[in-house]
Parts: sequence; structure tokens; C-alpha cells
Amino acid sequence: MALKLHTESLHTEPRLGETAQQMTAAPPASAATTVRKWRHLAMQREVIVLLAMVLFNLIFTPHFWSLQTFNVNMTQVVTIVIVGIGMTLVVATGGIDLSVGASMAISGALAPMLFLNIAGPGGIALAFVLPVLAAALCGVFNGLLVTRLSVQPIVATLVLFIAGRGIAQVVTDGSLQAFNTPAFQWIALGKVAGVPFQVLLMLALVVLFAWVVRKTLFGQYLLITGGNEKAAYLCGVPTATVKLIAYTLCAALAGLAGLISISVNSSSDANVVGLGVELDAIAAVAVGGTALTGGKAYIGGTLIGALIIQLLRYTLLAHGIPDAAALVVKAGIIVAAVYVQRRSR
Amino acid sequence: MKKNLPILLALAALVVFGLVRYEHFGSAYNITSFWRYNSMFALISVGMAFVIITGGIDLSVGTVAALASVVAALTSVYGGWVAVLAGCGAGLAVGVLNGLIITRLKILPFIVTLATSLGAHGVALLLGKNDAVSIAAESNFGNFGQGDLFGLPIPGIVAVVAAVAGWLALRSTRFGRHSLAIGGSEEAARLMGLNVDRTLVMAYAVSGLLAGMAGVILAAQFGAGQPNEGVGWELFAISAVVLGGTLLTGGEGSIAMTIAGVLLLGLVFNLLNFENGLGFISLSAYWQSVIRGVFLLLVIVLQARVLKQRERKRVAAPA
Repeated sequence: MALKLHTESLHTEPRLGETAQQMTAAPPASAATTVRKWRHLAMQREVIVLLAMVLFNLIFTPHFWSLQTFNVNMTQVVTIVIVGIGMTLVVATGGIDLSVGASMAISGALAPMLFLNIAGPGGIALAFVLPVLAAALCGVFNGLLVTRLSVQPIVATLVLFIAGRGIAQVVTDGSLQAFNTPAFQWIALGKVAGVPFQVLLMLALVVLFAWVVRKTLFGQYLLITGGNEKAAYLCGVPTATVKLIAYTLCAALAGLAGLISISVNSSSDANVVGLGVELDAIAAVAVGGTALTGGKAYIGGTLIGALIIQLLRYTLLAHGIPDAAALVVKAGIIVAAVYVQRRSR
Repeated sequence: MKKNLPILLALAALVVFGLVRYEHFGSAYNITSFWRYNSMFALISVGMAFVIITGGIDLSVGTVAALASVVAALTSVYGGWVAVLAGCGAGLAVGVLNGLIITRLKILPFIVTLATSLGAHGVALLLGKNDAVSIAAESNFGNFGQGDLFGLPIPGIVAVVAAVAGWLALRSTRFGRHSLAIGGSEEAARLMGLNVDRTLVMAYAVSGLLAGMAGVILAAQFGAGQPNEGVGWELFAISAVVLGGTLLTGGEGSIAMTIAGVLLLGLVFNLLNFENGLGFISLSAYWQSVIRGVFLLLVIVLQARVLKQRERKRVAAPA
């Protein structure tokens, strides 16, 4: 599936390029198809790496083939992938969002305040809706800084990276909010046919956003904006609105990830929720094949990227190699993945 | 100059506010301890300024400082100077590695330094066996962070020397001028025949070296190498550089204004401590990040307006 997503979402861009070129001079038709074949192979490579790692584990890691192992590995990547989907959208516009961890902390701090103080299903419902909206507001703030004031995305999102977690800490006074609210925590702990609901939610979001990027007008605009913003603007693409939506979606998804994160832990600690997730998400996006220069968005790739990184860590841990060494290997994987993608372009 | 006005005004306002409101704000003790503590941030910010001026970014400085602090603590049994050199050497090595990967493999600095940041953290944890490493009790290494020279804190002197050297290097050495040219337009710099790759490697090496020095000071000041310290320092350094009016697109920037940015961020924390000491209100330490964020926002907004005006002038001029 992911493989198909990649090649499909890629097709949109060369096609646009082709039509633009055809207006001036008819290009050799074969050029585009070779590029397409190359990308096809490139994408397969990421899937192959993942499959190779699964195969290695099947042979060398005892008890690997079980639902439990599957669930453990999948639940580890849920928040990274959900944040990574939003990050992919922002990266596709040529931007970056460093504030996702802060958005997670804000939504994670708000939710328990709502469902612990407002009894009944109303409180639970509010605890799902308001925190995500609050996080989305952070995204609107980022988006406005980037589009209205033309601040560079790194700097613009740095503001909330610094202040956002502080806001969450001030609101909760830095204290840990422990709770036991099964109705709320079902989002993370509930199971459907033996598979945790959060995993299904993650997969549903991947499919949804892959569809959005491939098939909707917003998706097309997103890729064109990241590919060449000036040209897109001159063609009548509302680039500012597109970017604003991308940042808002990214922050809202981070807010949702924050809710899952606190549900898993049965507690919300503003100092810890989403700490460092921005780097994990960016790493997943980069390993998944989305170039940080913008113009591409491989949602399925981000899922695969996150899985590769997680499975690597699991493999090393399962074979008694300490977590610290896994960090070094992760560093190597990121550089190698991006280098190989560069070469094939 | 006009672009730098908001930050200088804010800095002056904070100092005046502190002097008027708090009795001991201007005391020698407060000034030296402020200087001693913020010397680490000044060092990494100067290095970051060089990298950002070339149009790059270095996300690894925080964990490189952590790595250097562990290396320095481990080698402090062989004497204070060995520890200092080993720590700085570890930082320099990671910096050179960053530069080489960026220039040879042509990967974005953001990704490369993100990866080396993870790698340095991992190595620091491995060397420290997941825990803080205390420095050798009998060595004189602790003096490097806690000692005084002519009544001035040693780390403070190191930071001032580094800042002045950086300021001179940027304005009047080949390395500095080439860095500015590369940040302005890497392609143009290459066409002019500048050795772009060597200058870039040097910029990242400087950043790594200064981060290593900050790590050495960290270990000496707190008596232990801290593999888990330094997380988020890179973003502190980036905000100091941005507050100082350096554009992240490169080609422009100032070491002196970067130091002003460090002072501003440090003062927020210092003033908050004094305010709590007065006892009228009790603002938790968490407010400092909110206030720092607000400062960053204000400066960004003001700079954006000045830049827009400049742009308008540039567009209007030829017409």
C-alpha cells in the first residue's frame, strides 16, 4: 500500500512539470518515465529494508512472531507517526515545525483538567475536543507567523517550542496529574480484535492523509506550494492559506498524539509529554523519503520510516545491545537513508 | 543598526528594571555568578552564530557539550589540562565530522546535525554508563569552572576571549569574510573561487570546539560529566542568535549582538529569581520559558517589520 502511495503522490509533480515544459518545448517523453522508475525503485528500497529487518528478526529473535510483539512495536510508534503525518504536511510546504512537542504537552495538560472536573460523558467529550482545538490554535499561531510576517519556519515555531511547554507547565503548576478514567483512556488502551485501538487510529489517519495528499485539491496545492512557492502563487494557488492549513493540521494531530500519550501513561506530566518528539518525527519523515526541501509528501513513507527506526531499536534491545548504542545506530541510519535518497534523485 | 534597536532597548530596560527594583541585582556576587553560569551559553551561541552566518544550522551543540563533559570528567584523573584538552577535542571531532558529512555527502545541515546530536548523546551515555561521571577528587580540574583569575570567574574569561576572538574573526579574517560570503550566496562564493567546503568545515569545527568547551565548563562547574544535560541547548543558542538579529538564511550576522541575545535570555531567569526572592509574588520557574518565548516573539515581529520596510525600499529604489 505504502509503495503505491509513494509512486502515486510522486506522479502529480512530474506531470505538472511536464505540462509546463510542453508549453515551451516538447520534452522527450522517456525522461519522465525513467525518473518515475527510479523513484519506484527508491521507494521499494525502504520497504525492502523494513521487510529485511522483519525477516532478520523472524530468524534470529525468539518469540518475534506474536501478536504481542506486533502490538508492542506498533504502540511505540503511534505518537511518532501521528505527529509525523502532520510534520510531513509541513515539510511538504518547505517548512518545519519544532513546536509539536509543546502542542502535545498543552493538549495533554488540558485534557485531565476537563475530564477530572466535569463529570459524565460531557466532560469526556470536551476532553477530546477542546485540547485538540487548543493545539490547533498553536498551529494557527505558527502558520500566521510564517505566512503573514514571513518568518522562517524554524524561528517561527521556535517561539512555541520554548513558550508552549512553559504554558502547559504554568497551567498545571508543573505537577503530575494522575487519573484512572477508562472511558477517556480507551483511545489508547482499548482493543479491537486484539489490536490496540490507537494502532488502528494511526493506520486510519495514515490512509486518510495519504488520500488527502493524493486526491484532494488541498493535496495538490500543498505539493505545488512546496515545489515552487512563487510559481504556485503566480498560478493562483492560495499559498498562504495552504501553509496555514498545513501548520494547523500538524499541531492538531500533535494534540491528538498528546491525548494518546497521557492515556497510555494514565498520567499527564507537562514536563515530559511529547519531549523530543519533534526530532523523532522529523527523523521518521526523512527516513521515509520526504525531502526536507519541500514539494514532496510521502505519508506512507513516514509510517515506514518510523517503523524502520523502531524495529531497529527493538532488534538491538532484543539482542542485548544497550539503548544508548541504538541511538548511535539511529544516527547512522538517518544519514545513510537521506544520502541514498539524494543519490537516487 | 535599526534592526538591532529593539533588543538593545529591551536589554537596557531589563538592566535598569533590575537595578531599580532589587537591592542586590548590581552586586558583585550576582554579576559574577550570572557571568559564570551563562558563559556556557555564550560559547555555544558564538559557535552557532558562525554556522548560521554560513546559512547552516547546528542542532548537535547541546549533546556535544554533554559528550565533552563526560569525556572531560573521565580524563580528569590524568590532570586538569588533559581533561580540558580532551573535552575540547571531543567537541572539535564531532564538529569536523558534521562539516565533512555536510560538504562531502551534500546532506542538509539540519539532518546531519540532528543525526550527530543523537549519536553524540548515545556515545555520552555509553561512556558514562547511563549516569553522571564525577570528576577525579584530587585533580585541579574543578577550578576551570569554579575558580577565579584576578577575581574574575575563569569560565567567564574563557567566554569573553572566545567572543572577542569570534568578533575579530568574523570582521577581519579570511575565514570570517568567506563565511559571510557563503551565507550570502554559496553559488556565487563558489564561482568567485572561494574554498567553500573548507570554510564550511571550519565553521562547524568552530561550533563543535566551542560546544566542547562549554561541556568542559559544565563538568568543571558541577563536578560531574552529565550525559543527559545539554538537551535543548541548541535551541537556546539559536534563539540567542536570532535575538541578535542574525538571519537564519545566512550572509549576515553579528557576534556582539549574539552575546546581547544570550544576556537577554539569561537576564529573564536572573530577574525571575530576584522577583521570587522579594516574596510579593511567587512565579514558578516555568514562567521563564514563557517569558523567553514572548521576548523571542516580540523581537521576531519587530524584525519582520524592519525587514519588510527594507524590502520595500529595495523594490522602490530602482524605480
